[in-house]
Amino acid sequence: MKHTRSLLLFATALSTAVAAFAAEMSVGFIYVGPKDDYGYNQSQSEGCAGIQKLPWLKATEEASVPETTAAQETMRNMIELEGASLIFPTSFGYFDPHILKVAKQYPKVQFLHCGGLYDATKHPANVGSYFGYIDEAVYVAGIVAGHTTKSGKLGFIAAKPIPQVLRNINAYLLGARSVNPAATVQVVFTGDWSVPVKEAESATSLINQGVDVLTCHVDSPKVIIETAERRGVYVTGYHVNGAKLAPKGYLTGAEWNWTKVYTDYAEAVKAGKTLAAGTIPHLVRGGLKEGFVSISPYGPAVSAAAKKDAEAAKAGLIEGSLVIFKGPLKDNTGKEILPAGKAYLQQDLALESMGWLVDGVIGGTKG
Amino acid sequence: MSTPALPPTSRRWRPALEAVALPVGAVLVALLLFGVFCAVQGANPLSVFKAIQRASFGSWYSFQNTLIRAAPLILTALCTALPARLGLIVIGNEGALVVGGLAATAAGLAAASAPPVVALTIMVLAGMAGGGAWIGLVGLLHYQRGVNETISGLLLNYVAIAVLSHLVNGPMRDPASLNKPSSYSFAETHQLGGIASSNVHYGLVFGVVFAVFAWVLMEHTTFGFKARMIGGNIRAARMAGLPVARLGITTCLLGGAAAGLAGMVEVAAIHGRANESLAAGYGYAGILVAFVARFRGLPIILVAVLLGGILASGGILQRQFKLPDATILVFQGIVFLCILFSDSLYGRFACFKEKTA
Repeated sequence: MKHTRSLLLFATALSTAVAAFAAEMSVGFIYVGPKDDYGYNQSQSEGCAGIQKLPWLKATEEASVPETTAAQETMRNMIELEGASLIFPTSFGYFDPHILKVAKQYPKVQFLHCGGLYDATKHPANVGSYFGYIDEAVYVAGIVAGHTTKSGKLGFIAAKPIPQVLRNINAYLLGARSVNPAATVQVVFTGDWSVPVKEAESATSLINQGVDVLTCHVDSPKVIIETAERRGVYVTGYHVNGAKLAPKGYLTGAEWNWTKVYTDYAEAVKAGKTLAAGTIPHLVRGGLKEGFVSISPYGPAVSAAAKKDAEAAKAGLIEGSLVIFKGPLKDNTGKEILPAGKAYLQQDLALESMGWLVDGVIGGTKG
Repeated sequence: MSTPALPPTSRRWRPALEAVALPVGAVLVALLLFGVFCAVQGANPLSVFKAIQRASFGSWYSFQNTLIRAAPLILTALCTALPARLGLIVIGNEGALVVGGLAATAAGLAAASAPPVVALTIMVLAGMAGGGAWIGLVGLLHYQRGVNETISGLLLNYVAIAVLSHLVNGPMRDPASLNKPSSYSFAETHQLGGIASSNVHYGLVFGVVFAVFAWVLMEHTTFGFKARMIGGNIRAARMAGLPVARLGITTCLLGGAAAGLAGMVEVAAIHGRANESLAAGYGYAGILVAFVARFRGLPIILVAVLLGGILASGGILQRQFKLPDATILVFQGIVFLCILFSDSLYGRFACFKEKTA
């Protein structure tokens, strides 16, 4: 009797242990900055929180991991100590050399990188990349900004003059000009992804020059949104919803929706699919239509006309009738980018090596 | 300078015990304080300590992480430690690392067609020359023009990072590196690999060799004796006819060469190219290591491994205890403050004093 009971107990304990082990797929998330930065890293961490809800999955996170050997160490630890089978190293700079090096060591683990750098001819087969067409959401925010501005001057605080950033600046101007043909976008490059002091200075100086709607592409828009609110001008956000930081002046913003992307990947891996076998695609992209990006709820200062135009553009982008980069298009040095009748669709690779700013943007691509 | 009443240096075990007991005691006090911090944050201090031990020194796997973290710190610490023996406070480590890394990259790309051993040797020399020249400039400005070496070193850090940014965004940029501007990269055969089959790269060997060299140079040669004499009393050294400026600038060159070598290791063993990830803060962490090690070559190795272990255990605190990402900086801060404070306690305890007669 006593024996049977202890045996039973042992069996129950064993089966729960096995169930717990089998039931949990371990996923690792790595961020370059803090999880609560009201910016890029927070958007990623919200994606992680989103998939934590899946009952068969356990996600671990590590924040403020620099783009050094520390990133390799974290990936290895997640695999060796927590048994991760799927890893999302989210910073752009983690890819080469860190992900490439660790991925070669652990060919059974899936490495998915945000930024879209995968090249089948050069990179390990267990690496893939994904990215969102956030310029679609930025374009819609630009429409709202173009409607709201009184001076016609919009301000854009950007980290570096690289293709991803230039694409957003151009989309913002084109969105604004679609409803306000006289609008201009003044650009300031701060030179780095997270320099709050320079960002605050740039915001102040743009506002002093008469800019009355601000936006940005930096890792954490927090200080820019707060500066705009304090000075009584409007702002459109980036990465995550920043309405809490500026209850009066926040118009809308371009947001990432990583939960959708990460849920898709986690379910694919759970179903036994892998990158190496080709059952998970190596390159995944999506915009408003695929639910990769979205726009923040409109703030109190957004007019009915602005909402109507913004919603119409959103619908057009989703169904494909609206194209952001279409001719005739000139850059701000007068050079022709696209003749009338020609267009770059979202998946066009020419957009991923963009080196120009469209007519109406005040600023150069040299930074 | 022992008085006749004391036993010879080799038999004075009490000061030796003091030199061990004080730092160890300081670490214990730091653990106690950090334990309180963990408890306040809602984590069990004992399991946190166990996790730190497991993630830093607990197994060969985790010890490799510690050694990888320690490697660049040994080299950058020497950049502060060597000139400090002459009484100079040099904090231009980050700049010297960056310039060394840039010089090594330029040399490596120029020597791309040479055999790997030749190319890597050229890169080592270029990295050391670059870093050495950078801190040599600090020494030159100090001795020739009376410029404060701390300030000039600090400012040259910003200059070096700006030069790096300019070069990788402009003249040295590989046009294919779109969203993270970088130089062209070296072929895999021309990169510095791991030691045997481990994850640890040869930067660790460079660091240990350079630290031992620095220790022998400063403690066991006439050059080191002269240098320490200048640090002890610069006027007396001048009166004794020592070439103060020459010794000082030479030492700055050597210190800069150590940090420049760290930059070479970063590009050759880790990044395979130069980009803005080169300025990762190893230079500043090295200053801390140098001070805690009291500027001596051999203790620098130990302190760098200790700091490497602390840093390597940062991740596990986040992943398994859900502690904030700054927790490990709190731990690092407490440990080093305690060790630095313990410095002021030398000679305060009667039990460590030699009994006269």
